[in-house]
Amino acid sequence: MFKHFITLQWKGFFRSASLKANLIFKIFTALGALYLIAMFTFAGIGLYYGLQDNGYEPLQTLNRFMIYYLVGDLIFRYFFQKMPIINIKPLLLLPFDKKKIVNYALGKTAVSYFNLVHAFFFIPFTVVLLMNGYDPMGVGCWLLGMIFLFYVNNFINIFLNDILSLVVVVATLFIILGGAHYYGYFNITDYTLEFFQSLYSTNWVFLLPLAALILMIVIAHRYFSARLYMDAGLAAKATTASTENLDWLNRFGRISIFLKNDIKLIKRNKRSKTTIIMSVVFLFYGLLFFTGGVESYDNPFMKIFAGIFISGGFLFSFGQFVPSWDSSYYPLMMTQNISYKEYLTSKWYLVVIATAISTILGAGYLYFGWEAYAAVVVGGIFNMGVNGHVVLLGGAFNKTPVDLTSNKKAFGDSSAFNIKSILISVPKLVLPIAFYAIGHFTLGPIFGYALVALAGLAGFAFRNWTFKKIEAIYKKEKYKTIAAYKQEAP
Amino acid sequence: MISIHNLSKTYKGVTVLQIDELNVPKGQAFGLVGNNGAGKTTLFSALLDLIQPTTGHIENNAVKVNESEAWKSHTASFIDETFLIGYLTPEEYFYFIGELRGQNKADVDRLLAGFADFFNDEILNKRKYLRDLSKGNQKKVGIVATLIGNPDVIVLDEPFANLDPTTQIRLKGIIKKLAADTGVTVLVSSHDLQHVTEVCQRIVVLEKGNVVKDIMTSQATLKELEGYFSGEDVLKSEISGDTVSNSDSIN
Repeated sequence: MFKHFITLQWKGFFRSASLKANLIFKIFTALGALYLIAMFTFAGIGLYYGLQDNGYEPLQTLNRFMIYYLVGDLIFRYFFQKMPIINIKPLLLLPFDKKKIVNYALGKTAVSYFNLVHAFFFIPFTVVLLMNGYDPMGVGCWLLGMIFLFYVNNFINIFLNDILSLVVVVATLFIILGGAHYYGYFNITDYTLEFFQSLYSTNWVFLLPLAALILMIVIAHRYFSARLYMDAGLAAKATTASTENLDWLNRFGRISIFLKNDIKLIKRNKRSKTTIIMSVVFLFYGLLFFTGGVESYDNPFMKIFAGIFISGGFLFSFGQFVPSWDSSYYPLMMTQNISYKEYLTSKWYLVVIATAISTILGAGYLYFGWEAYAAVVVGGIFNMGVNGHVVLLGGAFNKTPVDLTSNKKAFGDSSAFNIKSILISVPKLVLPIAFYAIGHFTLGPIFGYALVALAGLAGFAFRNWTFKKIEAIYKKEKYKTIAAYKQEAP
Repeated sequence: MISIHNLSKTYKGVTVLQIDELNVPKGQAFGLVGNNGAGKTTLFSALLDLIQPTTGHIENNAVKVNESEAWKSHTASFIDETFLIGYLTPEEYFYFIGELRGQNKADVDRLLAGFADFFNDEILNKRKYLRDLSKGNQKKVGIVATLIGNPDVIVLDEPFANLDPTTQIRLKGIIKKLAADTGVTVLVSSHDLQHVTEVCQRIVVLEKGNVVKDIMTSQATLKELEGYFSGEDVLKSEISGDTVSNSDSIN
């Protein structure tokens, strides 16, 4: 039975239009995964000796911080672990036992990388513990307990992904406990330390996490089996529509029609809402550079780099996926009374307006001196003048549809991993740094800033010419894009 | 209004569409029928420049659709749900299309007022996004949106499918009204022979991408079509006066 499900997934992957992008994305993911495995293994071995050399009792110290490890793991999972999506609807009518479908979906999360990677930390750590004369029975029980706890996390995450109110509850709990710890009212780690330590010292305690795990499995199983109906869990959640008046945008003329639509797009869809969050995150990203918090970031070239990111959060998170935002109704856009030029210009305006707003909000960096803010401003000018076009150019080769209603892949969307898109996006970061370097080494930093800004202004000057070229490429790619968007988001 | 020249579409060596010459004069209500895979949607997609023909081209009001975008201003179409914007309410969608076609809100509202019956009080002011409407209601929105801004050419792919009987009858009324207007060229495809013979002045039958019949609708048309599709092409001799093998002679 499972064989059927696996072949379905296999075919779904290899027969999708964005196969190439997918493969490259998978290769990147695999490399990242290998890197993490190596890091976890080294940490598992090194942690023991590191703690010992600094005069800490290794197991006890690890147990003290274990609660943070688990909480961090849960947060990480919530944002990154993709819930298994099997195309359930067509299976419902086939002679599959519903239990089997649920089993498969839940079982698939169990073999997830997010569970296995911890083994690369815990197993070496346990081996080192054994080599250093810890009680084998105790260490074994502790390891089992840990494995169960991470699987409990796995199931908590499944629920978090499905029930928004639970996310609120859990997040509030974390904030209260974290706050209480930080301000010294109540230290949760004192209690959790006891518990984790007893996993080692008392041989039966590991049965508690096991019981919790079994309970989670049973609940999850019941919950999802009961919801395997078209009008329950599989039904799309309907929301009450809100209408809004965006007539103030009419001053942009015909472009405003699209701008109004794009603002609704961003506000009303999960996936696109995250671009706003990302823009804010990018706004604060510069703190890493200007506070001197990270040593290797503390040089003038990196500041230009920071300037590009601070002002370009929206450009990178939204602009990157143009025109895929409109993928679900692309044929409409292609047959309506819209010219490519208008369509592209409206996207360009949106990116430029958002970049301008980020640049203005970036004024907070004046706190770190005028030079810091100058980097943000010239970064902003470069983003508007040059990168705004580059991002649209890259979009012409973007063939992966965006599923607006799911925000799951916002952090690692495979559509960003398209060879042509990557090659086109390199200059977005490299060019401004190169321009700055030329100025920096000839007449000094101010000339460097001026060069970056000039490049941006030159971009504005050549706008019409660039748009014509970009338009031609979109037209050439049009039929391929329409065909590719017809496929469901993988 | 629409003229097709040497059009063919080949996917991996299989020709799915092959039309040497087909002209639809201005104001004609044109029906396209054929079994699944006959090439109806392929033809409409090529007409809307959504796919690239392997050979030949289509002209819409003397504009080659794959070379210029000028045809878009006088052509409206609804093929499937990819012509709807899911996160808009029906009103917002109508206004959006209206703005693209140079109609203000008042113009659109006036048009919509005439479709209160057709909408059956399930579309407007329901505070629902298009993505949350039923398939049938989505289709109603898509069809009515094609009427905004008085287009000269309206393309509807399978407009009757998925609609309830009452709405089908009302839709027939709408298309008939359009057909009576000599300024509007309507292209409709359908599996429903009865509907299509009722509303169209001319019917073309596609089979495996080829035009196998090109008929000006008359009393006998429905019978002829039923005969053709049931494989009993016996009535042919009786009505041969209406059957024309080459569309050129019509124009």
